Amino acid sequence: MEIVYVYTKNREEFGRQCLLSDRPVELLVDIPPDQNAASNFIQRRQRDQAVQTLREQSEHQVNTERVEYISCGINHVEGGWPKDINPKDMEQTSRFRKMAEKDESYMNSILQLGSVTEHCCRQNNAVDIYQEYFEGWEEVEVSPELPSAKTINMFRDPNEIKRTVTGLSWHPDGGRKLAAAYSCLEFQKTSKDMSLNSYIWDVENPNRPELTLKPASPLVSLDYNPKDPHTLVGGSYNGQIVYWDTRRGSQPVEFSSVEQSHRDPILLCLQILWWDIRRLSEPTERLVLDPGREGNLDRALGAISLEFEATMPTKFMVGTEQGLVVSCNRKAKTPAEKIVCTYDGHHGPVYALQRNPFFPKNFLTVGDWTARIWSEDIKESSIMCTKYQMSYLTDACWSPVRPSVFFTVKMDGMLDVWDILFNQSDPTLSVKVCDRALYSLRVQDNGHLVACGSQQGETTLLEICAGLSTLQKNEKSLLAAMFERETKREKILEARQREIRLKERSRSEQSREEEIGRDDGEDDPDQLIARAESDFCSLVEGGLHRRERREEDVLRVSHSYSPTS
Amino acid sequence: MAEVEETLKRIQGQKGVQGIIIVNSEGIPIKTTLDNSSTVQYAGLIHQLVMKARSTVRDIDPQNDLTFLRVRSKKNEIMIAPDKDYFLIVIQNPSD
Repeated sequence: MEIVYVYTKNREEFGRQCLLSDRPVELLVDIPPDQNAASNFIQRRQRDQAVQTLREQSEHQVNTERVEYISCGINHVEGGWPKDINPKDMEQTSRFRKMAEKDESYMNSILQLGSVTEHCCRQNNAVDIYQEYFEGWEEVEVSPELPSAKTINMFRDPNEIKRTVTGLSWHPDGGRKLAAAYSCLEFQKTSKDMSLNSYIWDVENPNRPELTLKPASPLVSLDYNPKDPHTLVGGSYNGQIVYWDTRRGSQPVEFSSVEQSHRDPILLCLQILWWDIRRLSEPTERLVLDPGREGNLDRALGAISLEFEATMPTKFMVGTEQGLVVSCNRKAKTPAEKIVCTYDGHHGPVYALQRNPFFPKNFLTVGDWTARIWSEDIKESSIMCTKYQMSYLTDACWSPVRPSVFFTVKMDGMLDVWDILFNQSDPTLSVKVCDRALYSLRVQDNGHLVACGSQQGETTLLEICAGLSTLQKNEKSLLAAMFERETKREKILEARQREIRLKERSRSEQSREEEIGRDDGEDDPDQLIARAESDFCSLVEGGLHRRERREEDVLRVSHSYSPTS
Repeated sequence: MAEVEETLKRIQGQKGVQGIIIVNSEGIPIKTTLDNSSTVQYAGLIHQLVMKARSTVRDIDPQNDLTFLRVRSKKNEIMIAPDKDYFLIVIQNPSD
């Protein structure tokens, strides 16, 4: 109903002074409530309301300016000798000592002190106060604390122009050192002033890197040799592979010659060249990545990430730019046989690929906006997939301690910790590490420390809480059961798909036969229309039935809720 | 003189005792059973520690005074008995 009030004024009265006056209140419209509408609502008789009577407080953290510390030692020299005695002269000092021993007060005090001290010594020997009383007592695994991660340290790129941390690797022997590779990923953007160095940091000292590696061109990826903790291999921007020995200093010990190496930045290589660390003079084997198995260079895919499992030395897997994961066999004779199978997964490049250290048949891939877990046997699709995240995932790795935990980092600077036994659709813990995008991630071998590298050249070291980094009781068996279950589900789905396809094919063949056997005139438009109508009616009726049933349910439920009505 | 020797021998004979040092109020080691460099190190460091501990106790309550100081570490225990002019330092490893 419209409420309208018309204001009228004579034209001759325009421009006159406004004479405002008070008026009593006039009721213009009154709309009483409609009683029938009330029957659509149920009065809610009980409500939960929380009230708190605390003073409002807020938490605030403040960080002071960084203070630079240096450790140094003090040399303690013997002192305190009286002026006339030369401390280096043995005779004088021993004479002084003998004099002191003859002193009366010396004897008295030593006797007294001696008895006190003897009492304490005997005390120590009597009871071992640090004895372990309950040795066989196992700690109950109750972790009521929420999962958390603490930032321990941050290593900043000491140069003026900040570069992205593209590769990280922990020292294999206990993980005290971290090697970080710095480079600028944006194509052709390297300026002349940009430093080429990559650094090795000691975890305890975030102020200065322990060792500087000076390659000929910026390093894109870096790895410690797992067997020999002193050697490092790095792949550089111009395609060279460089090899260092940390004992020999910051210059590379050997490097491959430029002509023999790849033509593109080593992260995107169309060909995979095998390198033997002992003979860096030329690549030992060549393998061309190609989905059609034809060895044709034009159709080859770009490779982004590589996973090599030490216990299965003949097989390895490559993640490509196009989103495919290719599994290959190294020992195959012809290049065609080298590619065993492909897994079609992501919409974008596969940035990270890693096998689960406890279940080598399952591997994790990260690309576009999801992370997926695959089983080697199922080629059609992943057995598990996370939800589509808000930003691009750039790197991921499994926790070396807990088989069901993995970490991912994203372009918005968040580090996610996923525990697939606990919750598969959301990360168990999300930590905002920094405002810039995070590009690389590595977990230390003990599972407690995680290092992630950002676009601004900062490497942040985080400590994961104990709940996420200690092996739970039945974790391995539970996870094995879960993987089996998912694999079976995928297999069943695959089989069903195949069945449906077969049926369709056979049905289309059948209908073709039927059409051939039918006359032309007898045909279809009327029959089709009749069939369509009957289908439609049955659908609508079905819908109506369902809606009635649902309404009945609702009424029943509402009746049970309001006992007084 | 002999009683002093006897006392020290008794302490040395206790189980786990690794060494005894007697230091005077200026930090000069008078008698020791350890080698010279360790003795000098202990004497210098512990002297400062005892001074600090004593001043702490007296700051809290001026009527109070330090009677004994035990420093327990992972590997052993250092017991220090201070006096007006001397202190007696005993290093013991009780769990041996």
